[in-house]
Amino acid sequence: MTPALLEATGVSKRFGGVLALDDVSIDVGEAEAVGLVGPNGAGKTTFFNCLLGLLRPDAGRVTFKGHDLARMSIHRRARLGIGRTFQRVELFGGLTVGDHLLIAERARTSRGGLLADMVGGGRPTDEERHRAAAILELVGLGGMAGVPVEALSLGHARLLELGRALITDPDLLLLDEPSSGLDRVEALALAAVLRSTQQERHTAVLLVEHDLEMVRRVVSRLFVLDFGSVLASGPVEEVLGDDRVRHAYLGRGVA
Amino acid sequence: MTSLLNYAIPGLPFGCIYALVAVGLVLTYRSSGVFNLAFGAQAYISAAVFYDTAGTHHWPTWVAFVFSVLVVGPLVGLILDRAIFRYLRTASATVKLIAATGLLVGIPALIQALWFGTKSKLRPPAVGPNPEHFYKWHSYGIDSNQVAVVIATILVVVGLGFLFRSTAFGLRMRAVVESPRLLQLQGINAERVATSAWVLSSVLAALAGVLLAPLYARVDTTNFTVLMVAAIAAAVLGGLRSLPLTLLGGIILGVGQEVLTKYLPLGNVLVKGFRPSVPFILLMALLLFRPGLRKPDVADPLAGVSPPPPPLAASLRDERLERLNRVMFPTFVVAFLAVSLFVLPSYWLFLVTQGIIMSVIFLSYTVVMGMAGQVSLCQATFAGFGALTTAQLATNHGVPVLLAMVVGAAVAALVGIVVALPALRLGGLYLALATFAFALMVDNLVFPQTWAGNGQSGVAVPRPQLGPIDFTANRAFFLLAMAIFAVCALVVVFVRRGTTGQRLAAIRGSQVAAETVGIDPRRAKIVAFALSAAIAGLGGALLGSLQGTVSGDNFNYSYSLFWLVLVVTTGVRTVEGAVNAGMALVFVPEFLHHLPGRWANLEYVLFGFGAINYAKHPEGAVEYGKRRSIERVVGWRRRRELRATSELGSERMPDEDERAGVSA
Repeated sequence: MTPALLEATGVSKRFGGVLALDDVSIDVGEAEAVGLVGPNGAGKTTFFNCLLGLLRPDAGRVTFKGHDLARMSIHRRARLGIGRTFQRVELFGGLTVGDHLLIAERARTSRGGLLADMVGGGRPTDEERHRAAAILELVGLGGMAGVPVEALSLGHARLLELGRALITDPDLLLLDEPSSGLDRVEALALAAVLRSTQQERHTAVLLVEHDLEMVRRVVSRLFVLDFGSVLASGPVEEVLGDDRVRHAYLGRGVA
Repeated sequence: MTSLLNYAIPGLPFGCIYALVAVGLVLTYRSSGVFNLAFGAQAYISAAVFYDTAGTHHWPTWVAFVFSVLVVGPLVGLILDRAIFRYLRTASATVKLIAATGLLVGIPALIQALWFGTKSKLRPPAVGPNPEHFYKWHSYGIDSNQVAVVIATILVVVGLGFLFRSTAFGLRMRAVVESPRLLQLQGINAERVATSAWVLSSVLAALAGVLLAPLYARVDTTNFTVLMVAAIAAAVLGGLRSLPLTLLGGIILGVGQEVLTKYLPLGNVLVKGFRPSVPFILLMALLLFRPGLRKPDVADPLAGVSPPPPPLAASLRDERLERLNRVMFPTFVVAFLAVSLFVLPSYWLFLVTQGIIMSVIFLSYTVVMGMAGQVSLCQATFAGFGALTTAQLATNHGVPVLLAMVVGAAVAALVGIVVALPALRLGGLYLALATFAFALMVDNLVFPQTWAGNGQSGVAVPRPQLGPIDFTANRAFFLLAMAIFAVCALVVVFVRRGTTGQRLAAIRGSQVAAETVGIDPRRAKIVAFALSAAIAGLGGALLGSLQGTVSGDNFNYSYSLFWLVLVVTTGVRTVEGAVNAGMALVFVPEFLHHLPGRWANLEYVLFGFGAINYAKHPEGAVEYGKRRSIERVVGWRRRRELRATSELGSERMPDEDERAGVSA
């Protein structure tokens, strides 16, 4: 078996007396869409933050393409091929939709520096504009390049975040509750975009999500967290059919 | 041991005053999120009032004391909170810091203009009995004044302890320190608690001011700045949170400073500069090495989400105005050059040249503040490095002046990197404090050295020569300054539009999001600091060459503060703002000059208080005015077209042209 793209083994995290994560192991393969679900307080966010380097796990190891992520800064992880979106939208205030993509594109290619800027060489090239336009088309924001981000609806803002992550050509997309705050139509649109990008661009996806409808539409394999440990894992329908999982979701806890 | 105590005892009263001020700083910072750099200025007010009442008008000491500490002190705090800081509660930390810096510059100048005069007053009346007693015990001596300071501090500490531990008000105050929002949810008016904290801390400032003046034997603004740095160091030791640690820090600093004198050899210039700079060095060291500061806790959870700056007026400009501008701008430049070269008498040409050079220096603020969003309080220091490097190379090592200027800019850039490298990790407020400490440290330790600024006498800077072209003549030098300014302005505009500027804009929008697309925020900010310092250094070198000689005094910390509030008033985001700041710096004093003597420093009042406007218009007065007039012209045109179309009976609304302007 080839090593997985993202591999978390035996991750534990303790907050005071609470064991928020207990020996959690999760893997995401190349171009695979994986979901991570669980009731409130299951440890989803804690685990996500451990993956992102915002929290340091007490035990366990997280590797991406064989690199240990423990001591790697956020921007180095991004360069390595991890893209993400935020649960609470994080856009660059004061800039336009197009600027977001051009900035991310420049970050990917590392083109341009102070010296080039100083002689007026910092403007975006035609190629960069084309790439940005293509991504906007892909996420369904075509023609909105000139709109300031303050004018975007939450649904559009999430699509822009997705586009900003996609233009950096990530090998893995980490999505933190992308449907929260969206209405049904917006959520379905987002799911459709995710599904198609995952299939066409072969980007692996790790989706942390509340909305099981969204999960069903996007992912093929599922991990269920409860009380800080993996309760079940496997193909989506199989896992969602599991009695223990249904009990956990109905709020009766694990027997 | 005996002799050690002999040094420690005179340090004790200083330590007490540092502690008082530091406690006041922590109180206001915690209760209203304002790091009150103007605290020293508040102390100065009461010191001045006390001097005037007790000294000049011969009020009984205790009446003057009660009046200046218990009446004027709280009143100042109340006014500052009600008139200014109340409106800045939800503003970003940067805005609050800039408002406080404005007050630090504006208040002393206002006091001097109102009645106190600009000269420092000697031999201020003491708080203790007059004539003073001198107590002796074995070989230790202490005078009644020092005793009074120690007793006053003990009383205040005991009083504060009682207030915080045993009263309902104290409980609320402690709660507001922890979380104003939670307190509001409990149905307590956190607003009123914050105001009370301002009043209380202002009393501490007043007390410190009145007590400190006799120790230095003068009432003078510089002393209050030194006092501030020592107090900031103590407050940072307490993590801007713990009051006992803060108190301890102040006392240790005061005593330590005196004790250190015993171990330092006398007579050396370096040592002479070292002793007064202990607080700055300590502050710097604390900022860099104190654990727990790395993740600066934000008092207000909303403080991080400052609203985005409005788009530059240029983006609103419509096509017809653009065309007009394309004609007007070159016409203006040509007219300006012609008038400067052929009409102005040489004195005015000198002033215009100085204004242009200052504009170059102000462009450095456009980079570090306007683009990177960082508050730097040592831009004058960068300019000083550029100027002194140029002076030393050209005068003492025979390097051609223009080449020396380039080296000077490079040296300034290096210094910028060295300052930014460790301080950026802390960010925001701590970065500003580190630059403040750095500026004072350099003023005391580096600039006075013979190999740098050569004390008071300074170093000569010749005018440059380039092959057959001699820039010694004023007209030629004016053209050189214009050319260098034009290059710098172009560089700033290009960088803002280019990759670096866009990255910095992204980081200001959301640092965490910028990181997740692979932008290294530290690197981007260091680049901004380096570029900014280089521009400041180049400007400083030009200024030196214009004047003929430079010394460290031309670039001391007070210039950094004044330049900051000036450029913030006119506009820190645009080249026009920098030009207006440069010209204002030169010409406003030129006109104020005609006012009677004590109004001489009116520009400090003007721009100090002008900087508070930053809260409402971060883009500055110039940019605001420009946007307003463009909006007015566009609106007028729209109304006219609307009238024309309605007369034709058409339904078409001419509303698309502005949107197109935004997206361009």
